[in-house]
Amino acid sequence: MSGDIILLGLAGVIASGAPIVLAAIGETLTERAGVINLSLNGTIILSAMMGFWVAVEFDSLLLGFFAGALVGALVAAIVAFSSITLKQSQVAVGFILTITCRDLAYFLGNPIMGRQGPIMFSTPIPLLRQIPIIGPLFFQQSLMTYFSMILIFLAWFWISKTRPGLMLQGIGEKPAAAFVRGANVQAMRYFYTILGGALVGLAGPLYTLSVKPGWKGTITGLDGIGWIALAITIFGGWNPIRVAFGAYLFAFLQWLGLVLQSSWTFIPSQVLQVAPFPLMILTLLLVNLGNTEWMDRLLATLPDGVRIRVKKLIRSLRSQPPAALGTPFERQ
Amino acid sequence: MKIGFNQINKHFGEVHANADITLDVQSGMIFGILGENGAGKSTLMKILSGFIQPDSGEIVLDGKAVSIETPADAIKFGIGMLHQDPLDFPPMQVIDNFIVGQRGGLILSHKDVIKAFRELQSQFDFSLDPDAYVDTLTVGERQQLEILRLLWLGARVLILDEPTTGISIQQKEKLFAALKVLAGQRKTIIFVSHKLEDVEVLCDQVAILRKGYLVGQVDAPYDTDQLVEMMFGKQIVLKELESVAQDKVVFELQDLYIEQYPLAIENVNFSLRAGEVIGLAGMEGSGQDVVLRACTGLLRPVSGRVIVNGTDLTGKNYLEFMQNGVAFLPASRLEEGLVPGLTLAEHFTVTTEDKQQLFIDKAYFRQKSEQMIEEYHIIGRPETPVESLSGGNQQRAALSLLKDSLSIILLEHPTRGLDIESTIYMWDKLKERCKLGTSIFFISGDLDEILRYSDRILVFFSGRVSPPLDSATVSLEQLGQLIGGKGWAKEFGDEETYEASTNP
Repeated sequence: MSGDIILLGLAGVIASGAPIVLAAIGETLTERAGVINLSLNGTIILSAMMGFWVAVEFDSLLLGFFAGALVGALVAAIVAFSSITLKQSQVAVGFILTITCRDLAYFLGNPIMGRQGPIMFSTPIPLLRQIPIIGPLFFQQSLMTYFSMILIFLAWFWISKTRPGLMLQGIGEKPAAAFVRGANVQAMRYFYTILGGALVGLAGPLYTLSVKPGWKGTITGLDGIGWIALAITIFGGWNPIRVAFGAYLFAFLQWLGLVLQSSWTFIPSQVLQVAPFPLMILTLLLVNLGNTEWMDRLLATLPDGVRIRVKKLIRSLRSQPPAALGTPFERQ
Repeated sequence: MKIGFNQINKHFGEVHANADITLDVQSGMIFGILGENGAGKSTLMKILSGFIQPDSGEIVLDGKAVSIETPADAIKFGIGMLHQDPLDFPPMQVIDNFIVGQRGGLILSHKDVIKAFRELQSQFDFSLDPDAYVDTLTVGERQQLEILRLLWLGARVLILDEPTTGISIQQKEKLFAALKVLAGQRKTIIFVSHKLEDVEVLCDQVAILRKGYLVGQVDAPYDTDQLVEMMFGKQIVLKELESVAQDKVVFELQDLYIEQYPLAIENVNFSLRAGEVIGLAGMEGSGQDVVLRACTGLLRPVSGRVIVNGTDLTGKNYLEFMQNGVAFLPASRLEEGLVPGLTLAEHFTVTTEDKQQLFIDKAYFRQKSEQMIEEYHIIGRPETPVESLSGGNQQRAALSLLKDSLSIILLEHPTRGLDIESTIYMWDKLKERCKLGTSIFFISGDLDEILRYSDRILVFFSGRVSPPLDSATVSLEQLGQLIGGKGWAKEFGDEETYEASTNP
């Protein structure tokens, strides 16, 4: 394989990772506020269908993405209302929504099955596109892919470097402590749940209008992506940078599966298609090894200088869920 | 600022937590609020700090009636509260904890804040590292952080709810010194506690609450007996205790070596006799909890043996220790001791040995729990979920769940957060068991408690364990020195010296 083809393939990885980045970052924001939106899988499929439909009807990519975001925000609003206001189980509500939305998408999407729709092509950035390697990799992508890349840093910056972001961390960690510091916990939780949902809703049309163009009902091939995005959020330790790393890793493994399919014909193609899922989990588990007790014990045997450095590294990799994740806040 | 409570009432269900409380606090003084567990102290303070709303009544600040709807309102009026469990964010850094909730620009700039933070803490002789993570701090240090944060937000009234629970003696002294500095700056300090000795040395004036009612107000200097009578409605006399230890050895540690980063505890040799009470003294994190957990099978020693009633149980799990008559009551009652979400009756259902059939005999366990509630004076009903019991009642419930025939009970801070009456009650119950031959191994941060109830004492200092000391011959001062790492050479003829080798 020549270098150019590999480069093209890797650029494709960034493009096909973009919707997963959007969904996982959206979920990260939601979960950082202490709410679990488990409806991702259904939301992505429903918004993929709705976004495609609107884009076809109005022949407008912009309206298509808008429709997707709206669907995501609406589903998230249901999660928010039932969990924050009605204090119902977030897991149960999310679970039911994920199934409902998926089946609703397949049912309502029948009329537009196989229709030709607009496709979002790449918009190379002048000058930057000519930088060797980096240019073709990052600067010859579609607008939404650029947005997904910017979003990673925006989300990271917001959570860890801004005042409202610090409060966001607090709300997910110990809402009572955020409350005594003047936060309106319920309103903030609504805001981040709906914002996160809207980002998840952008992932759907990004598939049907760009990465995997068109709506083909049950064989559109989006079922399962939402679950992976959820897993990436968790293993990425609710940190946008690490979450993005996970999303690209998954896209890369999928691409690798496709490439190897043609050269390694002795392996059944199904194995290569499914392999990214367990491989993903394995990798993420390795990253999180520092959370284990036996690791602590192993480290205790190292000389002091080394141990402290390794400890610091592990501490920086260590992920702990927002302590109040999934629990409603009551003032007493 | 002068604070007035005007006929404050608050109900929680059927409980009248605050009944018609009318009280004035002058500015620039340290004002104590004294009462036993569940007297309504915290409720009254949460009302003042805007955390909860009264059913009726008003708060008057400097002669003006105000409405405090949220803690944010309270801080605008200059009222800040340190909650009993610090309301901070453990995974965040100290400086971020300090910043959250402050007004200012969108983007955080740590540099100036760190400088201000250092200046502020130097006033009180605190030495917190702004970059440290809060979950690595002790409770005392977390309190210091909260005090600094509230002052930075402009608090002129500082409410402290049971601040001396779970902190070391040194930290307590530091805290008291800081509070005196603040009172000197004309700030008002409201000090809520059930500990007479703390209130007596610190407060200029004290109000006593009992069962939701204001019993009275007393100025310093205090008459202890009078305060006790006001708190409990009766005199409490400490009984003389006598040792009921027998000669039979029920529990042995041989050459125990345990590692629990950063501590390595070597050469623990010790035997416990039937009916004996052993206290483990030391500052938090000196290794007492590690040894205690190794004695229950919750932590596996690297080498050495743990022998219970002649059976070698080294390396076995807690279940097997339990089957051999060992029981453990951990400090964190709700995390490790009880099951939040289950009612008292359900707790008896899962722990009692009789009636372990597939279907639950509800009537039987209801009756059983009523009987235990009666016997152990638990304020609650069979259908009360354990997490809604007060701390003292949770502890009594945990005690009541222990099997009748036990050879050893291991306790972590058995009376932390309990008032005198509950403490005495707890120990009466434990001593009753000692008479029947049960031995007790307990950790406490309260040296008085260690001296009073132990037959022998083990002192811990950063992983070193002392030989057993006879509690009859050791004084409080000596013990205080030893847990601080001083006087080990003199006391035990040890070659190594430990003078100030670590920072408390």
